[in-house]
Amino acid sequence: MNGVLRVSRRGFLKTTFSAGALILWSRVFPGEALAALAGADEWRPSVYLGIEPDGRVIIVAHRSEMGTGIRTALPMVAADELEADWERVSIAQAVGDPRYGDQNTDGSKSIRDFYDALRQAGATARLMLERAAAASWGVPAAECRALHHRVVHRDGRAKGFGELVRLAAQQPVPAADELRFKTDGELRYVGKGVPITDLADICTGRAVYGIDARMPGMVYASIERSPVLGGRLKSHDDTEARKVAGVLGTKVLEPARPPYGFQALGGVAVIADSSWAALQGRQKLKVVWEPGENGSYDSEAFRESLLATVRKPQKTVRNIGDVEAAFAKGGTVLEAEYYVPHLAHATMEPPAAAASYKNGAVTVWAATQNPQAVQDTVAKAVGVPKEAVTCHVTLLGGGFGRKSKPDYVAEAAILSKKLGKPVKIVWSREDDIGHDYYHTVSAMYLKAATDDRGRPSAWLQRCAFPPIPSTFDASARYGGDGELAQGWLDVPFTIPNLRAENGPAQNHVRIGWFRSVANIYHAFAVQSFVDELAAAAGRDRIEYFLDLLGPPRTIDFAAEGTKYANYGKPLDRYPWETGRLRRVVELVAERSGWATHKPDKGRALGFAAHRSFLSYVAVVADVRVDGQGRVTIPRVDMAVDCGRAVHPERVRAQFEGAAVFGASLALMGEITAAQGRIQQSNYDDYPVARINEAPMETHVHIVAGDGLPTGVGEPGVPPMAPAICNALFAITGKRIRRLPINKTKLV
Amino acid sequence: MKRIGFTVNGIARRFSGNPEMPLLWYLRDQLGLTGTKFGCGKGLCGACTVHIDGEAVRSCITPMKSVAGKRVVTIEGLSPAGDHPLQKAWQEENVPQCGYCQGGQIMQAAALLKQKPRPTDQEIDEAMAGNICRCGTYQRIRQGIKLAAGVKP
Repeated sequence: MNGVLRVSRRGFLKTTFSAGALILWSRVFPGEALAALAGADEWRPSVYLGIEPDGRVIIVAHRSEMGTGIRTALPMVAADELEADWERVSIAQAVGDPRYGDQNTDGSKSIRDFYDALRQAGATARLMLERAAAASWGVPAAECRALHHRVVHRDGRAKGFGELVRLAAQQPVPAADELRFKTDGELRYVGKGVPITDLADICTGRAVYGIDARMPGMVYASIERSPVLGGRLKSHDDTEARKVAGVLGTKVLEPARPPYGFQALGGVAVIADSSWAALQGRQKLKVVWEPGENGSYDSEAFRESLLATVRKPQKTVRNIGDVEAAFAKGGTVLEAEYYVPHLAHATMEPPAAAASYKNGAVTVWAATQNPQAVQDTVAKAVGVPKEAVTCHVTLLGGGFGRKSKPDYVAEAAILSKKLGKPVKIVWSREDDIGHDYYHTVSAMYLKAATDDRGRPSAWLQRCAFPPIPSTFDASARYGGDGELAQGWLDVPFTIPNLRAENGPAQNHVRIGWFRSVANIYHAFAVQSFVDELAAAAGRDRIEYFLDLLGPPRTIDFAAEGTKYANYGKPLDRYPWETGRLRRVVELVAERSGWATHKPDKGRALGFAAHRSFLSYVAVVADVRVDGQGRVTIPRVDMAVDCGRAVHPERVRAQFEGAAVFGASLALMGEITAAQGRIQQSNYDDYPVARINEAPMETHVHIVAGDGLPTGVGEPGVPPMAPAICNALFAITGKRIRRLPINKTKLV
Repeated sequence: MKRIGFTVNGIARRFSGNPEMPLLWYLRDQLGLTGTKFGCGKGLCGACTVHIDGEAVRSCITPMKSVAGKRVVTIEGLSPAGDHPLQKAWQEENVPQCGYCQGGQIMQAAALLKQKPRPTDQEIDEAMAGNICRCGTYQRIRQGIKLAAGVKP
């Protein structure tokens, strides 16, 4: 059957569509997505497309816009199949509602999960319009076709989409096998792209973000939270705070208890009539905290404990052959330890939301990646049913995973209930850096025994990091299936004896998803270690990498007994193909001029390649070190295989941005704790790459393809740090095994 | 309380609140001109950049008392029709990703072009180094400035 249904205006669509509109409800396909999730029979992601009698096409964007262009790209897919004129398409941002299916905009999955659904919606509507026109003219439907917002008959007669809406709405929804999809040559927007829908608003200051939300009668709140996770409020004195002009009062919020999940952290809130008064009042609060069980968290000591963990045998998570026996045979043995510190998202817009609690219902405006989690979290926080929470989604001033966690929205809702008026929550930059859901901290140990050509006969890899599951289950110590699948269980080399292990680690801060997640540290260790082996063998890095990769093959995880999560997608449809990785490696080598590059004093190329979020990426970074040890990156080449590039211009933008994001964390990203407190607070002590520090130019080379579209937002990040560090080794002879790079004196 | 007089986007304004309040919060909370963004509160990121008498300043660390008698221009007032050469170039080059910092970037770049109509790469980097873009749109920012300036990319 067709995954598209004709629907009437349901309650939650009433403000989006008029009574006379043709509205189609499109369920996500293919069915394998359902099969992949055991017991998910009721999982029915859906999106909406409607045509108004005036000819306007309205497409509901149910995913959040944080800079990827998804609010434009998915509606564009439907509009193309509909043969709509993009100028006459408007986009309506969805509120949080399970009827839209999954709205958690993370995991680089919006296009891959919804591309087919939106094509089907567009193709269905197009066929219904064509049939309506044919009926009105009394001609066979085969003689009619949609063309640029009209249906034309082969004799030249034409009717606009708007004129046909009433008749089309009476057509039965065609079966799936009646649908005809456009050929690639017929595509008008897909594979070409359109400017993002918010472009002009952004450039003129009219675009609305969470921090810009206003509600009538709204007050502002700024919260003093425990500097140590789980600390207890011992005492507080708000006398001076209340004297600040504009401060209306203070409120104590109940402390969160582990597992912290998405709970509001609790603390002392200063309520005021402006953002500034709230922030000023905050500074005058006198608060004493009992640090609690995380009060001894110290990053330097924790680093030692992680390294101690990975120096000892740990839980085997992947095994091929017999590593111990192979090591016992001797050969040249190399070992290395790597370390990646905590990182903070530092979105340019701090967490931001406004909420109004009234008569048991809550209305929220939030910069959120996950409006349904907002509903769940707010409902629990203020004791109302989930259905009583309406979450409007604004634009997000950056997300990177931070805004998948709606703790800040819960804060606004709790305060609104306490105060009986709408509340906007104001997070300072210090609040953001000091109370993030941090990228975890990790240690990796790698060991290999190599033959006389430098090829490993045995390979052992161990990692330990406080896992993301610990945020939701306080007893979790080992990496989750998803984390281990990110570049740890899928080292793609043809090595006869290989073992991957994972050791335990406890969290002392909230750990969360951060753009590219576990791929960052796994790729850093593995891609650096391969470079170390190649260097030890005196071989060209790319030639060596391709030798290890071996002839093109599909990794057979089942045969080797490895449970591989594959980003939630079945391996038969989205296999791990080493030939695709080889292809991007060869492409980046060619485009970067790798083979003919002349090493220069203080300048070299570095290479890394990695599959993540089902996409294959290879990077060559052209890195320079000056006499003072200052690192610059004149050029980055990135070759990308992401299946069909639906919006190539935004794909390029994502990889350009990933080059900067990856360079930033590699060069200067580090969050540390001492006595349980985060030691960084703002962009001065937690620097992120600026225009003069970022790669000067990034050239993105997209492999042309019509395969299933795969991830784009994240896969560019993981190869950046190892590519830069591998170049630095070539320049300075110093091997950087601990990030960030600025901890190492290069000259 | 002493009243402070100045203009915002050409409109005469009077302010009688706390003279220490940063201009940023006056623009955002009192005038509803939310195109000027909060990013750091310390003049570190440039998201709050506006023009005061034609110069780019960080409104998050500019107290209201210092704008007395001055002309304040925000991203909303940079050009009446939103067609400043930089705004056009930004759209031509598809510079923004999330867009949050871009108002500040454009205001900073506009002040640069006023001083140096044909900036070099180094001059662009120096002028723009105070404006962070976490999405990493820097190379397009550079292209956008050059396009607006008519400098060969």
